[in-house]
Amino acid sequence: MLTVNNIDVFYGDLQVLWDVSFEVKDGEILVLIGANGAGKSTTIKTISSLLTPAKGTIEFNGKRLDHHPPHEIIQQGIVHVPEGRRLFPEMSVEENLIMGSLYGEAKEKRKKTLEYVYELFPRLKERRDQMAGTMSGGEQQMAAIGRGLMSLPKIMMFDEPSLGLAPILVEDIFRMINTINSEGVTVLLVEQNVTQTLAMCNRAYVLENGRITMEGTGEELMNNEKVREAFLGI
Amino acid sequence: MDVFLQTLVAGILKGGLYSLIGIGMSLIMGVMGIINLAHGQLMMVAMYITFALHHFLGIDPYISLFIAMPALFLLGALIQKYTLNPLLEVESILPENQVLMTVGIGMVLTEIARFIFSSDYKSVKTSYSNATFFIGEISFSIALVIAFFIAVGFTLLMFWFLLKTDIGRSIRATAQDKDAALLMGVNSKRITTITFGLGSALVAAAGTLLIPIYYLFPDIGGPFTRKAFVITILGGLGSTVGAIFGGVTLGLAESFGATYIGMAYDDMIGLIIFILVLLFLPGGFKRLTKV
Ligand SMILES: Nc1ncnc2c1ncn2[C@@H]1O[C@H](COP(=O)(O)OP(=O)(O)O)[C@@H](O)[C@H]1O
Ligand SMILES: [Mg+2]
Repeated sequence: MLTVNNIDVFYGDLQVLWDVSFEVKDGEILVLIGANGAGKSTTIKTISSLLTPAKGTIEFNGKRLDHHPPHEIIQQGIVHVPEGRRLFPEMSVEENLIMGSLYGEAKEKRKKTLEYVYELFPRLKERRDQMAGTMSGGEQQMAAIGRGLMSLPKIMMFDEPSLGLAPILVEDIFRMINTINSEGVTVLLVEQNVTQTLAMCNRAYVLENGRITMEGTGEELMNNEKVREAFLGI
Repeated sequence: MDVFLQTLVAGILKGGLYSLIGIGMSLIMGVMGIINLAHGQLMMVAMYITFALHHFLGIDPYISLFIAMPALFLLGALIQKYTLNPLLEVESILPENQVLMTVGIGMVLTEIARFIFSSDYKSVKTSYSNATFFIGEISFSIALVIAFFIAVGFTLLMFWFLLKTDIGRSIRATAQDKDAALLMGVNSKRITTITFGLGSALVAAAGTLLIPIYYLFPDIGGPFTRKAFVITILGGLGSTVGAIFGGVTLGLAESFGATYIGMAYDDMIGLIIFILVLLFLPGGFKRLTKV
């Protein structure tokens, strides 16, 4: 469905991704794990066209995505829920959600999707008029996910949704991602939180210092000694 | 007491127009992160359009709003699209270069105006230019009152647009987090172009509304760019609500300064306030609400 083929990515002269390739298959949950600074955010920012690969291609259902302006990516059905939530802090929760549905079908169905999101996250409905910037981390993450859902995506990319959240909230968020996936949305999840994500995913890749070093099913990687050593300190 | 009230009224009426000028600059500041130092010069262009329409075709300035505003929207959008956006493409160029570009554009506009209209003072005298009415002992300039209410009308319309339309929300979103806006599908080039157009149209409205009560010459842009700058700083760089407070504050300060200190000092008073705000209230009247 989504393939990343041998991409090299630079920040100016600094290369941070080397020959990265992976594939996201229709309907699955794919996880990209890696330590801080491994290049996880860089990878999905490149899929979102915020960054342009110096080499390699990105294809979605056979169509090239790289070298398209970033605002066109969401219209292809790919939405990026960024690291650190990145809500619009001085807009209400509802306005933030609306911002996810600027085009086409998503715009036409805005009202309906909004109700769906409020059903999924009753908390957001309670807080619909609150400024997004004044909400707690967990609530902001829900709003960021809700905003992504508003675009009626085929693929949702989550960049460390568990970052900075209390363990109980982390579980909620992962459960929510599972629910979203079970309703037909393909998921690309980027995480450092290895135990929980490997347990919930179909397949995973390990990213180390800008290179893909391992791949396998969640279970395979969970039992892999190198993974256990690197990420779990066992 | 009457003198005081008279001064207060004059300051608030003027403040309404200043707000309109300041909102335009604040919008541009918020979205592009730059001070548009051609703002007053764009207003000057709108004033000459209004003057020419009256002089050659006898069109009333209030009717000219419908011509000057779209014309300046177009001019502003073209300036953004063809002179400022290209600077963003070059990575080594700092935002400061866009500011320098606006300075250059301001100069070019001024010299074009001087070439076409000479440096002579012009004014548009209408039947209502000097008309006044009284409430108690306080006199109201009819043209200024009309200008005030039209300015308030445009301000409300602008806020409705920013709060209730997708383009308006996209403008605010871009100002608050440009990358997140891109991820939501906001075409930031289109948004900056529209924003510069809107800012220019708003300052055009202010210029056109000033025409019946003001005089006009090519260098009038500079002082108004300065005023817009002061208002924007007072309002807290980029806050449109702040710009309203900034505009009214500057209007009042100039009005009281002219009454109690001396007519010749109104420009200086604005700049003194400007310095005081920077020293004691950095950030201005910022973020009192969400816009
Ligand atoms: N804007 C940037 N400019 C320069 N280097 C960057 C920038 N963003 C990230 N990097 C560097 O790129 C590498 C990968 O970063 P990132 O993709 O954010 O990692 P991760 O998301 O896996 O923590 C890091 O070494 C980081 O320091
Ligand atoms: Mg990251």
